[in-house]
Amino acid sequence: MDENLVLEVRRLSGGYRKGGVISRGTYKQILFDVNFEVRHGEIVGLVGESGSGKSTLAKIILGLLDPQEGEVIHHTPRPQIIFQDPYSSLNPAYDVEWILEEPLRVYGKYDKAERKRRVRDMLSRVELDEHYLKSKPNELSGGQRQRVSIAAALIRRPRFIIADEPVSALDVTVQAQVLRLMRSLREELDLSYLFISHDLNVVYQICDRVLVLKNGRIVEQGEVETVFNHPQHEYTKRLLEAAE
Amino acid sequence: MKNKRMNGYLLAGLILTGLLVALMLLGKFWTPYSPTEMNGAAKLQPPSWAHLFGTDNFGRDIFSRVMRGGGTTLTIAVLTIAIGAVLGTLIGAATGYFGGAVDDALMRLNDALTAFPSILLALLIISLVGPGKTYNVVIALGIVFIPSFARVMRTQFASQRNVNYITSARLMGAGSLRIMILHMLPNTLRTLLPALTIGFNNAVLAEASMSFLGIGVTPPDASLGYMLSEAQGMLVKAPWYAISTGAMIALLVFGVGLIGEGLQKLEREVD
Repeated sequence: MDENLVLEVRRLSGGYRKGGVISRGTYKQILFDVNFEVRHGEIVGLVGESGSGKSTLAKIILGLLDPQEGEVIHHTPRPQIIFQDPYSSLNPAYDVEWILEEPLRVYGKYDKAERKRRVRDMLSRVELDEHYLKSKPNELSGGQRQRVSIAAALIRRPRFIIADEPVSALDVTVQAQVLRLMRSLREELDLSYLFISHDLNVVYQICDRVLVLKNGRIVEQGEVETVFNHPQHEYTKRLLEAAE
Repeated sequence: MKNKRMNGYLLAGLILTGLLVALMLLGKFWTPYSPTEMNGAAKLQPPSWAHLFGTDNFGRDIFSRVMRGGGTTLTIAVLTIAIGAVLGTLIGAATGYFGGAVDDALMRLNDALTAFPSILLALLIISLVGPGKTYNVVIALGIVFIPSFARVMRTQFASQRNVNYITSARLMGAGSLRIMILHMLPNTLRTLLPALTIGFNNAVLAEASMSFLGIGVTPPDASLGYMLSEAQGMLVKAPWYAISTGAMIALLVFGVGLIGEGLQKLEREVD
């Protein structure tokens, strides 16, 4: 087995069961025979139109949804997720310090002093000043919220992160800052990302490899440079034209 | 957190309710006259400095009776919403969080309970547990108040079930109980607190109705509702009895209503 892998997805099919407390309901298949892997240190882009199955794939990888067939093999501890909407990803009832400390409390391996130290350390890594510790999410800008979301996802030092449209809700200038931050955190904390996005420009900026998902099937995958400059599949060409 | 600003509703409500509650709590230990002692020499006296709210046909001081009876009413209302809110929140949290078949079953039962007029339901429960005792009234009203709290809280928990911060909490390994209590419950308070004030007022009025109908508090206990039914018999001879007792109920409900309105206004300003 390749020591360098963080994630393997093999012959994966999945979808949702709709309706029915008494009846079993109907099964809506979303993903068909999906195969790919993420290697250590890589940022892998997952692109496709809305409805192509990107979010379903993310849920199955995170274990929030059971696959119908195939398997997801993790070579790292549990992955964490960064969501698109920085408004609903932070609990509005608590301040930043509580939000960042909570994953460590649940983990239960550190005493209070160590938790506080780690929270401060992570806050500085996402380039937020300590005085934001006492801020509630509704007092932060979209970019600041997304930095807090990133910090919360990274506080237990996972090695693999799923980022679901992490910059789509942000202004272009803030987008660039957050992307730069995600790239530098990859080096500092030795991370790998699965980077879900419909924005091909963003994918081109940050990703090493890219998977193109269409109607639940991966129609093309490869190095970003290769795929974007010499697309093989009609669908990839169409996406690229639309992104011009 | 920016300081939540006090508003006029809240301030007025807190002052009014505070004064009334202080008076009623005081009435549990001290009253100007004994609320039950009869005085043949002072029957049916109109309000005066000696008897602020006058006296009834037994010569009892109505102000003292209002203080003591108000305390009974207050106790019943507080315990009633405590039962309703705690059990309602438990049911609402379980059904809203887990969903599925448990949710369906409990909510249909809830609908069935809601379909009864609340006084009828209270009457039914009183006939089961026996009338007269203060705590039986509390049990009856408490049960009657569960469904409305359960419904409100179910919505609050269900609406958070698939929100991203809850998904994150699950991914980091937080258990269901921790998620419900620590992650979800605080976000329901902005709805729960105003609901408590409305529930409190409904409880005061429900107790008054029950005692007025004779299925609530019975002598020697007295509540504002019981006193109102007493006052009805001497409406012409001693109108001050009905007026002062009724005004006490109205002021208490008004004060708590102001607090509820103030709380909702506060939340709107924060958004």
